[in-house]
Order: sequence, then C-alpha cells, then structure tokens
Amino acid sequence: MTDEIVTRLNEFITTKILKGSKKFLAGEEAIISSGLVDSFSLVDLALFVEDTFGVLIDDTELNAATFDTTGQLAEIIRQRQS
Amino acid sequence: MTTLAHILKEKSETCLDRAAVILMKSGEPDRTITYGELVQGSLAVAGTLSAHGIKPDEVVVLILQHGSQLIFSFFGAILHGAIPSIMPFLTEKLLPERYRDGLSSLVSITQPAAIMTYAEFEPEVRAALKTGDSVRAVINESTSQIQVDEDFSGLEGLKRSENDIVLLQHSSGTTGLQKGVALSHRAVLNQLESYSLAIQLRENDVVVSWLPLYHDMGLIAGFLVPILTGVPLVLMSPFDWVRAPYRLMQAVSQYRGTLTWLPNFAYNFCAQKIRPRHMQGVDLSSWRAVINCSEPMRWDSHQQFLACFAPYGLKASALATCYAMAENVFAVTQGGMGSAANVDEIDRQELQTHMRAEPAAPGRPSVKMVSAGRPIANTKVRILSAEGDDLPERKVGEIALYSDCMLSEYYRRPDETRKAFLDGWYLTGDYGYMADGEVYITGRKKDLIIVGGKNIYPQDLEELAMQAEGVHPGRVAAFGVEDVDAGTEEVVIVAEVDIENEVERERIAEDIRERINHGSDVAVQRVHLVGKGWLVKTSSGKVSRSANREKFLVEVEKNQTANT
Repeated sequence: MTDEIVTRLNEFITTKILKGSKKFLAGEEAIISSGLVDSFSLVDLALFVEDTFGVLIDDTELNAATFDTTGQLAEIIRQRQS
Repeated sequence: MTTLAHILKEKSETCLDRAAVILMKSGEPDRTITYGELVQGSLAVAGTLSAHGIKPDEVVVLILQHGSQLIFSFFGAILHGAIPSIMPFLTEKLLPERYRDGLSSLVSITQPAAIMTYAEFEPEVRAALKTGDSVRAVINESTSQIQVDEDFSGLEGLKRSENDIVLLQHSSGTTGLQKGVALSHRAVLNQLESYSLAIQLRENDVVVSWLPLYHDMGLIAGFLVPILTGVPLVLMSPFDWVRAPYRLMQAVSQYRGTLTWLPNFAYNFCAQKIRPRHMQGVDLSSWRAVINCSEPMRWDSHQQFLACFAPYGLKASALATCYAMAENVFAVTQGGMGSAANVDEIDRQELQTHMRAEPAAPGRPSVKMVSAGRPIANTKVRILSAEGDDLPERKVGEIALYSDCMLSEYYRRPDETRKAFLDGWYLTGDYGYMADGEVYITGRKKDLIIVGGKNIYPQDLEELAMQAEGVHPGRVAAFGVEDVDAGTEEVVIVAEVDIENEVERERIAEDIRERINHGSDVAVQRVHLVGKGWLVKTSSGKVSRSANREKFLVEVEKNQTANT
C-alpha cells in the first residue's frame, strides 16, 4: 500500500534534509534515533508538516519517543487532520 | 585572596534571595534558583563528595543535562575544592559504544576520582570503566541525599589557592576528550574582570543563553560571567532551543534580556526557522548585544538576522562579535559593543594568493570581513609568520596571545602543553590579521572542522569512515567546506575505493554516513568516493586534508560549471 503522506515526507527528507541523497527511505526506517535527520533539521521537518498538511507538531514532540519513522509521523498527521 | 568558592560565599551573604538562574524547560514552568538555593544545593553536593572520600584537587566528571542538578554539582565540586569537568550527555543518535569509548579515553587521560550522573545512566557509565581505573565513585542523585551542615565552616574549597586549577574544559569527540584545558581560579577571575569591562557589564543586565555548558562560550559567557557577577541568567537547554529557536526570542522579550552569545550558524538558523506566529508580542528592544562567537563570523548572517528581527525591536547596534577560546578561559577580543561591529571589505585574490588583507578597489572581487574587535584589557595579540616573526598590519599570519588568564596546562598532557606555547605566548592555530587595532580572523592552521560552533576533529571522522567495508585504511580525508546557507561549515568525506559498480559505491557511501552519524557529533551528507590515487599526500606520506579540500573544491566547481 502506498501512503501519500509517507511519500511526501520521504521526498522532503531526501531532497531537502539529505540534500538530494540517492538513498531510498522506507516508511519504517528510523530517522531520528539513526541520526539520519539530525537535531538541526527537526525543526525543518516540523515546519514542512505545518505548511504541507496544516498540522502542528510541538517542539516537545520532536524526538524519537513520539515518532521515529515517517510512517509514525504520517499517523500523527492523519489523527490531527481528522 | 579570592577563589570561586569565596565569591559564592560572598553571594550567599549579600544576595541570598536574588535570582541567580531562571531555568527554562520546554513543557514545564520556568524555575527561579536564588543565590541562596544555589549555594545550598551546591553545599549539599560538596558534602556528598566529601562523604564519598573525594579529595580536593581531584577531578569530578559531570554527565548531566541542563538543569539544577548540573548547576549544583558544578559549584558543589568547586566548593569542595575538587575540579569539575562537564561532559556532553549522550544524544539520541550517538551509539552508546562510541559514547563509552569517549568516556573511557577521558577517564584514562584525566584520571577523575568521581563521575556524577543520573541513576538510570549509571550502568552506561560503569560500562565505560575498567578495574584499576581512577574512578572511585559513580554518584547519582539517590546516593547524594546526604544531610550536611549548610555553612561554609571547614569547607575545603575555601582553602584553595588562586593558582589551583578550578575547572577543566574539553572539546568533544575522542580526540577532544583527551585534551582538557585546565584553568586556575586566578585565570577565570582575571578573564571575568577584563571581559566584564569589554562588554560594559552592568547590574541591570540579563543574560539569556541556550548554549551547552561543556563548551567555553556556554560555560564562561553563558554561565560563570552572570552567576559570579550577580547578573541574572535565563538558561534554556540546547536540546530545547534547536527544536524551538523562537523560545530564545520569547525569553529575551519576557525577561528583558540584554546579552546573548551565539555561534554564527544560530543567526541563520533563527532567521530561517522562526515564523511570524512565534513572534507575536515579542519585543527585542532590550537586547543590547547579541555576540557572535566560536565559529567564523559572517557578514551575511548578521544581515539576515537583522532583517528578520529588526521589526521586533532588534537594534543594528546590538550585533557584536567576539574571538574566544577555552585556552584563554574565553574572550581574546570583543567587538561591536555600542555600535555594530566593523566590516572590512578586502580584495579576495590578495587574501588568497598573498595572505594580505588589502582594502578592495571598486569592481574587484571582495570578501566582507567582520571585525572580531580589540583585544580585551588583559590580553595581548600578535600576528606571527611561519618563522615566528611579527607581521605588519594587514598581513595574515598565525594569531598568538599572551594574557593573565591563559590555561595552566592541558591536563596531564605536558607534551601538548609544550607544543602550544612559543616563548610564553599561546599559539592559537588560527590565522588572522590586524587593522587599526582590531583583529580579523581569516582561517585556521589546524585541521579542525567547526560545525554549528562545535569543534570536530577530522581524525575522529576519518577513523569512522575507514571502518566501512570497501574503504582503504589510511585513504580517507575529512574536512569542512563553507555552507553559506546554514552559516557554518559542512563536513565532506573523501574516500578512495576500488569498486566501480555504482550501486556498490552508493552502499559504501551510505555505510560511511551511518558510521559517522552514529559515531560522532555531526551528521554528514557529502561523501565523495574516488578512485585509487586520487588523494593528495604530503611528502611524509600522510593524507593532506587542506590539499584534498582544495582539490575537492576545484572538482566540485568544475562539475557545477559542466552542469550549467
């Protein structure tokens, strides 16, 4: 099943945060605890979610305990959209 | 005779109920710590250290996050006469094994007698220790609830001499942790005196800081300067700030902050990542100095910051600069107090080819150099040639300094200490020039990468990259290149591999990225794989980082031209 939100999150991460890396990012891959998205880029991810999906992610939620994969982040976005 | 312990004692007598620190934590109400509470909390820690048999002059490593416990432990160690050294806390991305390696290497060189940390982190700390180590006690909050007499009688800290070492400062990474800058009471207090003058510190100042306390800028400017001079400090954690940079602006507005120190990248970071909705009702007019320090200062970064925050009351005259290093306790120079820091527009080619800073003629390619200001009152600066001779105005050379606040030594590293001095002058390893009495920093002699104000040793990154399968040992170079957008440096890894298959090469690059992300304090994107023989070596057969950096930049520029 393709998840539109995951696809857009992954695209943002690979083009903007990983600066066009050829890496294939899966929805279940750890992005925070792995250091793939480092702490300096977490706020970019939050702002992207805000602009693209109209969902606010609080700074206290920007850690691996709240979400560590784009699949989990997509789930948060869906819950808040509905 | 005055030591830091005497100052704390004096503060507890004269300003018991005054706010020393206002601690901010995301998701929690702000907490005010008065001088009375600070001293009481610190005395309790001093008692704990004493009960654990820790002797004065022994090193106590603190592995604690921003908060009251770190503050009390730091000053508690000093009141006990011991030597505190703050180590960065484990981050989410760093592999525990790597953290352990760093800690082990710190322990083996620095020989601490105790480590203070959280109960839940104690197993991690113990895993880094070996039998026969110097560490006699790992102390956590549950073992530190010891009742003590809350007074200063018999306190070991008051028996210390001015020339005794009061604290150690380390850079991060395996290499940085092996070289602790040892500072005496006298050095710290002399720095405080001269630096307070340089920034015209006054009683109604309010310092706002999010800087880590294991770094000189955070520990001295953003911690000891306010606390020891009686100026209130609003302290938030770097962990919170990086996720919500607007909290800095809100804190300045709420507490009428007047002074803040920031590494250059933070100007870009704030300007790019703070939204108008975060700035509603924010008033920055109280800020009299936002001081750029600890990585190359960029004119563009100041302009971006000003353009973004002038509508909220930020004054152009508040943009200040400072050149600092732990080896001089903190500041060497200070610029831009009361008016914006000077900008010297110089000829780019003259700088690059002749190491000369000539004012640029109209139409010539130029570089806008931001002045680091004048040496502070107790510090003298010279610009030296490779032969150690003084260079004239506007000639670029190595910056050497002499002051009454220089390091006592690199702790237990007589070899490193000897190398760092020339006839009593400390050789900074930075390149720069003087013009009209002001210092301008142009680059570095040492192969150090500074990312977001953090010192990164390339050898640590190279060692990690060499562990990737398919990479030849000894055939890796790590260096920093300018990241204009972020206002800092970006790490580049160049590695020689034999494999030509594209998929395989991408896998190796990914492996290198992962090893560095997990094994160091930086995240790396740019891994450049090259064929055998690409890397430039020195005559002694070592990979030359600077030469390979040049080669890489030329190659990248060529590719960019080819693609346009």
